[in-house]
Formats: sequence, C-alpha cells, structure tokens
Amino acid sequence: MSRVDFGSRTAVLRRGPFSIRFRMRTALIGAALALATVVVAVLALCLGDLPLSPVDVVSALLGSQEGLAHLVVFEWRLPRVLSAVVFGAALGVSGAIFQSLTRNPLASPDVIGLSAGSYAGGLIMIIVFGVGAGSVPVAGGAIIGGLLAAAAVYVLAYRNGMHGFRLIVVGIGVSAMLEALGVYLILRAKLEVAMVASVWALGSLNPVGWAQFVPAVVVVAVVFVALGTLVGPMRQLELGDDAARSLGSRVEPARLWLVVCAVALTAVVTGAAGPIAFISLAAPQIAKRITRTAGIALVPSALVGALVLTASDIVAQFALPDNLPVGLVTVVVGGGYLVWLLIHEVRRRR
Amino acid sequence: MLGLAAAVGALIAAVVLSIVVGSNQLGPAELWHALTAYSGTTTDQVVVDLRVPRTVAALVVGAGLGVAGAVIQALTRNPLGDPGILGVDAGAGLFVAIGVLLGAASPVQYLPFAFVGAFVVTVLVYVVGSAGRGAPDPIRLTLAGVAVAAVLTGITTAMTLLDPVTFNRLRAWSAGSFIERGFDVILPALPFVVVGVLLALFCARPLNTMGLGDDLASSLGTNIVRTRVISVVAITLLTGAATAIAGPVAFVGLMVPHIARWIVGPDQRWIIPYCVVIAPVVLLVSDVIGRVILWPSEVPVGVVTAFVGAPVLIHLVRRAKASSL
Repeated sequence: MSRVDFGSRTAVLRRGPFSIRFRMRTALIGAALALATVVVAVLALCLGDLPLSPVDVVSALLGSQEGLAHLVVFEWRLPRVLSAVVFGAALGVSGAIFQSLTRNPLASPDVIGLSAGSYAGGLIMIIVFGVGAGSVPVAGGAIIGGLLAAAAVYVLAYRNGMHGFRLIVVGIGVSAMLEALGVYLILRAKLEVAMVASVWALGSLNPVGWAQFVPAVVVVAVVFVALGTLVGPMRQLELGDDAARSLGSRVEPARLWLVVCAVALTAVVTGAAGPIAFISLAAPQIAKRITRTAGIALVPSALVGALVLTASDIVAQFALPDNLPVGLVTVVVGGGYLVWLLIHEVRRRR
Repeated sequence: MLGLAAAVGALIAAVVLSIVVGSNQLGPAELWHALTAYSGTTTDQVVVDLRVPRTVAALVVGAGLGVAGAVIQALTRNPLGDPGILGVDAGAGLFVAIGVLLGAASPVQYLPFAFVGAFVVTVLVYVVGSAGRGAPDPIRLTLAGVAVAAVLTGITTAMTLLDPVTFNRLRAWSAGSFIERGFDVILPALPFVVVGVLLALFCARPLNTMGLGDDLASSLGTNIVRTRVISVVAITLLTGAATAIAGPVAFVGLMVPHIARWIVGPDQRWIIPYCVVIAPVVLLVSDVIGRVILWPSEVPVGVVTAFVGAPVLIHLVRRAKASSL
C-alpha cells in the first residue's frame, strides 16, 4: 500500500482500536500556544494592586494556604484569568465553526449578527429591567437574544440553500438594526445607567467572579464535548454539501448542531462578560496562518483565542491609566492584526 | 427622466412632511404665517428656527451620503460599499472625538477633524484593501474596512469612556441626528458637499468604463489613477461634511445607490443624480418617522435609517441578482 502524501509532516498515535493522525507543525504550534497561554495567565495572576511573585502564585495554585497570596489568587484574580482563558477559547471556536461552515473569513459571530443579538438581549435586561451588568438575568437575555438573532439571520438568509455572501449581508443588516436599538436604549437611559451599560456593551471581565464563571464554564465544557462528535462532519462539510453527503454525513442536522454549538458559545460569553469583539473573527484566521492548515482548525483557534484574550485583559487592566473594558483592547488588537495581515499579504503577492 | 421627475416629486413631498410634522402640532395657517410673515412668535420659531434648518440639514447630509455611497460602490465594484461599512464614518468619528478633547465644542468645529478622519481612512482602507495595483478585491476591501472601522471605533470609545464629559457631549452626536443643527454648521459644510457631488459627476463616465475592468477602461482612454484620486477626494468631502453635520448615519450610502440602480440601471451618470434626490427623501422620511414614533420625544435619525435600511438591504440581497453591480 502506497503512502499518502499529506503535504506536510504528520504523526500518528495508535492505542487499541483508536488512532489519531496530526500534523507535526500544528501539534508543535499548539503546544507553544498552550505554553504561552499558561505563562501569560500566571503573569496575569501576579499583577494587580498587590503584586505577587510567580513563585507565590504557583505555590498558591499548588495548594499553599500561606498569607494573602491564597486569598488574592483564588478569590480575586483566578476567576478573571480563568474566564479570560475559557472565554477566549470559546470565542475562537465559535468563530472557527462559522468560518468553516460558510467558508468565509468574514462570517464570524461579530459580523453575522449573533454578537449584536446577545448585546441587545443583555442591554434590554440592564436598561429596561434594571438588573446589574454580569448577572444571571443578563446572561439569560444575551443567550435568548443571540439565539433569536441567529434564527432570524438564518431564516432571512436562507433561500434555496445557504450562501456565504448573503449570510454576511443579512448579518450586517440585522447587526445594524440591533446596534441602533442599543444606541437608542443607551440614549434614553440616565447617564449613570448608560455608562454601566456602555462598559458592559464593550465586553469587560471586571464583573466576572466565580458566580459568573462557573455556570459559563459548565456550558462551554458541555459544548466542547458535543463538538468532539461534530468535528468529522464539519471537515466533510468543508468539502461541499454534495461531497459531504457522499462521504456519509447527514448534512443538514450536522450543520444545525454546529450552528447551535457556536451560538451557545458566543452567547454564554456575552452573557457573562459582554460582547468581547473580534476574537471570534481574528483567532481562527491567526491560527490558520501560523499553523498553515488548509481549513479552519478548532483546537489552534481555541488556543489563539485564549492567548489573545488573556493578554488583552492584562493590557486592558494595567497598560492605561484607567481600567478599560477588555473588548476595546481585543478590537484594537484583533482588528489591527487583520489590517497588518492584509498589508502583509499584499507585499508577498507582489 | 420620468423616474427622476417622480423622485423630485417625492423629495418635495418629503420636505413638506418634514416641515409640517413635529412634536408641536401646527395648523396650515400657522405654518404659512411662519414661512411667509415671520414675526418671532413661538410657532414661528419652531418652524423657521428648528424645522427648516433640520430639513435643510437632511437635504445636504442625504446628498452627501448617497453620492458617497454610489462613488464607493462604483470605485470598488463592491455592492457592500458604504461610508459606514468601509470605516470612513468611524475615521471621521475618531478625529471628531480628538477634536472634542482638544476643545471643539460645536458641530461646525467638528468639520476639519471630520475631513481629516474621512480622508485618512478612505486612503488607508483603499490601500490596504487593494493589492497595490488594480481594483481592490471586494472581500479584501470589506475585511479591511470592517477591521479599520472596528479599531477606530474602539479607540474612540476608549477615549470617551476615559473622559465622561466628552462621553456625554458626543452621546447625542454619535447617534446621528439633526437636532440642533442650525445653518451655522450647514452653511460651512454645504460648499464641500456641492464640490463633492460635482467631482462625483465628473467621475461618472470614467467610473462607468472602470466597471468593465481596468484594462478595458485604459484601452477606452480612461485615466484610471486620476479617476481614483478624484473619487477618493469626493468620498472624503461628502462623507466628512455629512458626518460633521449629523454624526454617523448608517445605511443611507448603502441602500440609496441600490435603489437608484434598481430604477435606472448601472449608468453612473444617472445613478449619481438619482442619489442626490433619493437619499434626502430617505433621510427626511426617516427623520419624520423618528419624530412621530415616540411622540412627543424623538428617536435619532441614525437609529431610524438603520431600521429602515437594514430590511431594505436584506430584501435586496434576497432578490436573485439585485445587489450585484
């Protein structure tokens, strides 16, 4: 039997009846990204009003009960840092699913109206019902809003099948309507409520504690497990519906479940921390470039998302005089990276 | 020609509507008195000092945004071209926020900042979006515009959050509205819009040939570089002036050229005049809707255009081929 040339170095792990084949480059870069995320997370645990040394942080994490370090790390900083890691990963995966399904780098939750739906849902809770930002009702509103927006965009864009371009345009339209609704709500609110709502609306990890983190992470974990069974069909869908069908995938159910998973990921993050912009758009593209995979890979996207969001949160907290919402940093970092990427590609093409 | 006459008729109707409808319900006699024999009564002031300026503002802003959208769509061969989507609004917004921090207090002082912002972003997005030579690829251009717009909006928002006074002052402006826009801001902006429209008309023929592709356009005698430069200048003037008056008003630049194309077909020499007429109709009707929908309080026109424009956009894209150029 002749060897198949996959175009890149690959390795195969076998254990009993199971085997997994992966590209060496993807595995190495994935490991490097994971390591970088851990380093940045430890750094984030060190920084703050009470600076800690990495040794203090690590020993506190390993179970030392001594002094303030335990309290500071576990009660104050860990929920925030862990949520940056988990939410970043969730956003990266959510974007990767949408970009894979539509075969279009623009079709991330930010662009196709999903984030705007969660935003509007959460904002209605904050301004109309007067609940605090980051609370469970806001999360509920964000999830309902995200699902409704996704359903609306899907129904409006579906016409003899789904078309990537139409999906984006409909998404931009729906987003614009929902954002206009948000502007209107903020404009009518009192200045103090408007400031609170505006900060939440940009995506901030400030209000995230264990109470917000635990329910969100449970949902994210469940979705990640469910995604494990959907990766195969997702790869086949990338080949086109006909090819996927002929390879034995049930196309429409697989697509529906993938969309539900992606919606759930974005909506959960939005509910807990507000719409953190641009991670879901940029992370899969960054991952694709540095791993040089042909399609959009989920695990590298998750790792890039986690790394970018954790690092951005450090910048948001400490780089500027005031504690800014992390969403502003991710917008500038993610958007700036995309601009740089576009310029870079132009240079290479010449 | 018949279509243009109908559009002008609609424009006149919209102007009348904009002067008649408002939170003060006035009879025809009072309106007529205000317009013909201004004597400084409250109703006269409502009509002449509030409704007439905002109607004129809608005319100017509409013409600016509509034509800017048409030129962007033609220049980039991109049906999604819109000052908002390509970030030109956001650039003007960022520089206006910088202007407010530096002490600009009224929309008329926003004007130079808005021009600088619009120009910088138009050039930046165009350079990033194009491959250096040739027309920019629509997907790349949209991607560049979305990215640049997001970055600039993020920076603007960070600035306003760090400074609550600026936040409050920009809050009404950044929703896009014609409230309290007097002739003191409209008149300085008007010449720029007029020049912008004239430049756009001057470019209409070359833009038509460039729609066939750059190679064919050069062989037909079109000076491509000159056309691009003039188009960018026109976009800057039109969007900068419109944004300085009203704040970012989304979707007018996107939807109006589609409506114009739907009526007259793909000839830019006709699309641009139609945009001059249709865009103000859309804005005026949106503004009137904004005034009555929550009477006696108001919804900013930028919010209404998003609600009016987005369904139109979705409808257009659901039609088989309406959105292609």
